[in-house]
Amino acid sequence: MSEQAWNALSGGVGDVAPGQSDEDGRGRLAAGLRSYFIGLALAVALTAASFWAYGTHLIYGPGVPIALVTLALAQMGIHLVFFLHITTAPDNTNNVLALAFGVLIVCIVVFGSLWIMAHLDHMNSAMSQMTGMPQ
Amino acid sequence: MSAPTTALRMPPGAVVLDRPAEALLEGVDAPGHGEGGPASKRIVVGFGFWVFILSDIVMFSAFFAAHAVLGGATAGGPGAAQLFDLRNVAIETALLLLSSFCCGMASLAVEQRRELFTQLALAATGLLGLGFLLLEIHEFADLVARGAGPSRSAFLSSFFALVGCHGAHVTAGLLWLGTMMAQFRAKGFRPDIRRRYLCFSLFWHALDIIWVAIFTLVYLIGVRT
Amino acid sequence: MLGKLTWQAIPFDQPIPLFAGAVVVLGIVAVLAWVVLKGYLPYLWREWITSVDHKRIGVMYCLLAMVMLLRGFMDALMMRSQQALAFHAAGYLPPDHYDQIFSAHGTIMIFFVAMPFMIGLMNYVVPLQLGVRDVAFPTLNSVAFWLTAAGALLVNISLVVGEFARTGWLPFPPLSELRYSPGVGVDYYLWSIQISGIGTLIGGINILTTILKTRAPGMRYMRMPVFCWTALAANLLIVAAFPILTATLAMLLLDRYLDFHFFTNTAGGNMMMFVNLIWAWGHPEVYILILPAFGVFSEVVSTFSGKPLFGYRSMVAATMAICLLSFMVWLHHFFTMGAGGDVNGFFGVATMIIAVPTGVKIFNWLFTMYRGRVRFETPMLWAIGFMVTFVIGGMTGVLLAVPPADFMLHNSLFLVAHFHNVIIGGVLFGAFAGYTFWFPKAFGFKLDERLGKAAFWCWLVGFYVAFMPLYVLGLEGMTRRLQHYDEPQWHPWLLVAAAGALIILCGIVLQVVQLRVSIRSRHRRTDATGDVWDGRNLEWATPSPPPLFNFAVMPNVKGEEPYWGIKSKAREAMRLSAEPAYEPIEVPRNSPTGFITAFFAVVVGFALIWHIWWMVILGLIGAYATFVVFAWRDVAEQIIPREEVARIDRANRAARALALEESPT
Repeated sequence: MSEQAWNALSGGVGDVAPGQSDEDGRGRLAAGLRSYFIGLALAVALTAASFWAYGTHLIYGPGVPIALVTLALAQMGIHLVFFLHITTAPDNTNNVLALAFGVLIVCIVVFGSLWIMAHLDHMNSAMSQMTGMPQ
Repeated sequence: MSAPTTALRMPPGAVVLDRPAEALLEGVDAPGHGEGGPASKRIVVGFGFWVFILSDIVMFSAFFAAHAVLGGATAGGPGAAQLFDLRNVAIETALLLLSSFCCGMASLAVEQRRELFTQLALAATGLLGLGFLLLEIHEFADLVARGAGPSRSAFLSSFFALVGCHGAHVTAGLLWLGTMMAQFRAKGFRPDIRRRYLCFSLFWHALDIIWVAIFTLVYLIGVRT
Repeated sequence: MLGKLTWQAIPFDQPIPLFAGAVVVLGIVAVLAWVVLKGYLPYLWREWITSVDHKRIGVMYCLLAMVMLLRGFMDALMMRSQQALAFHAAGYLPPDHYDQIFSAHGTIMIFFVAMPFMIGLMNYVVPLQLGVRDVAFPTLNSVAFWLTAAGALLVNISLVVGEFARTGWLPFPPLSELRYSPGVGVDYYLWSIQISGIGTLIGGINILTTILKTRAPGMRYMRMPVFCWTALAANLLIVAAFPILTATLAMLLLDRYLDFHFFTNTAGGNMMMFVNLIWAWGHPEVYILILPAFGVFSEVVSTFSGKPLFGYRSMVAATMAICLLSFMVWLHHFFTMGAGGDVNGFFGVATMIIAVPTGVKIFNWLFTMYRGRVRFETPMLWAIGFMVTFVIGGMTGVLLAVPPADFMLHNSLFLVAHFHNVIIGGVLFGAFAGYTFWFPKAFGFKLDERLGKAAFWCWLVGFYVAFMPLYVLGLEGMTRRLQHYDEPQWHPWLLVAAAGALIILCGIVLQVVQLRVSIRSRHRRTDATGDVWDGRNLEWATPSPPPLFNFAVMPNVKGEEPYWGIKSKAREAMRLSAEPAYEPIEVPRNSPTGFITAFFAVVVGFALIWHIWWMVILGLIGAYATFVVFAWRDVAEQIIPREEVARIDRANRAARALALEESPT
């Protein structure tokens, strides 16, 4: 069935595909432009902030990686919202849930691996210290 | 996941129709939410590609995990601080970000069915992406020439693999972009072409998101450590 | 010119692989010749090879699985006979050949038997149960299948040209690195798994999108059959886990081909990271295998007990709990690698917790049977056999989950017995149950019941005779993968195990015979109405076999077990519901894209294995060209006219009305 017919029948309500700002709408050019320009501006600002945070002495040294990670997460969020149009509206629920699942798996894999590998290294270096054998 | 459902207001003994017609969808919320039957093709395609993007991100996370574990394994050789040129990284970041922006502009042009703007925006997207890629290839060649290629140490192996994987995705994306430009020329703004462009734009924006993680974790934090 | 490929690649000097290879090649040539000479090729091309119909693709997946089961089982027979003979003796298989056999056995059984079987069943049944016409991306579905077949083909080519990996079914470094495995064996493994892995990932995305975004009107999540829930969970796992496999094997490939140092023992490589990452995939993988089997059993048990499944909500909750937990236990595959008490403890506890939702499922099946009118037809026998066998396997799994116990039992035959217990008792029995259960739907006639029961008993008895001794052997200290041994107390058990393998062989022979006999006498067991088992879900609302478009009109789902509801109403009223208004139906066109893509995948894979770089480039160009040609097509659909739809549906309605009249009231 054609997409106009879908729109007409479903009264414009329905899920939204990720990446589209409107269910195949022709209007709202201004809103679209605004979204991308604001997104770009914020992304530029956050990128600049990242490079600045890297080099500055104004932030407590050991806290810089955390600041960088925070800025990176914020920028990813900007991309998701302003470029990919992922929002928390009910028509976007499937998309958000899928994203949340993906993020969960990424966290499990990355942090799980780091935890495990760190322990393996620790045990191995502890062992070789005890036995006096070279690592 | 399921929207609050309203009962189908169908008269008893009514026939069930195939193509969702008025009688079927009357009083039904949200097609694709379970009550209303299958979602439209655009939503199905978009969601399917979104799932693919997420699986791709999981794949990248395995490379990130490897890089995090092998970050210190320089085998007595050079580490991040000695090797990475952050000015170059900043330029690459700017190029890719602008490329993403142009991709968004192209999405708007496609929505408006403006042929010239679409081609211009796509060309800009491609050129900026190509610029990013050339800078990256130059960086890799430079590292190899300095004896800091992937065979030097595990740290460099994981660096080349992670950043190289991203670069390979960018390359594939540029190839796809060229094909899309040809398709828009040849077939106009047909729904299936527009769906494919939706997928491409998802892909291109996702690559920029991954780059954010790369320049932060691999370059900025990597050099500081 | 041809990279590393020379005539020496063909094992002229090794009789056993030469003979085996010759048999396989002759078999393939014979089948091809028969097909061509009988003029079946146009039919096969049109109806099967280029088909994008989920039903055809599902059947082809299952067929691939069954053929590869024969190959994998040959490996098993060779292993069992070698171990039965090799007490204070060399046996008949030289070590490096034996190593290839156990590696091929595991690789084939997991990747090319268990996975395709489950994926095939899901492909066939899920769209029918959801009341829709096909999966979300039909052409991609064809691509996914053919890429899997391409991987299987590469593994089989290794039998004739070159060698296979000697590293086991998971190629741990540093043994799998170039330095210690300089031959092409590991490369065959890596490229075939990478290619079929892409296929699996595509298939996972496909079914996931189908379940989440395309269901019949009224089919809310909590009205979906349990098989669809388990398919959802399994495909979520595929999408989440297979990328990790792709990445990890890519890292090994980079080590081997481009002198990277991810896992080497020089330049800072970390071999333990391979083990960690591969099992982060490997554990979800086994849940990908077992969850659809659980779904099959839910369908079978409820149908053959004549009752709705007990505890639908708890089944759904248990399924999703297993899905989530399966990502939190992977370290139990390498307790002995030395992560320490904290880490081992966490993962040990998590592993034990994951047994709980499975227990919930077992109780639900039992309660479904309780006070039901249980019919002991073949699918139900497989289900009951599963319940007993899988519980034993699960219990040994919980034992292995205790790290101190695992330190004694890791990589012993106890472990081998455990995972065969759950995979054969769970996945394979589920596959056979699903095969027997849905065969009439797919082909329009039932399989021979007597032979089916005989095959089941051979499999069940054979399994216990073959694998219970392995538990004892594990406790007596026998390590896995031994080519010869000197312990006298092990020998009798290995003889018993070999006998068990022979009993299983009888079961397989009976299944082959059953298929042949059933086809020959199919008119005696036709499925006239489309509902031979008194089924409960929507797949039984279609004719057998279902037409290309599945449903003449998309069903409107009003409750759980929608087909049972329609049927009960019809039985009460003693007539079918009103004839629907027929409309023309749009279906996707066939496409050779999948087959041609897979062809180029085989070319690229083979060329990469043998370092024939010009062939790699040509193959990649060919694959890209295929993609472009497909993208350029203008007509993607064809219309089935209203009269055709009406004719098919009316014929089925007539048969059902007749059955209704003749049914005892």
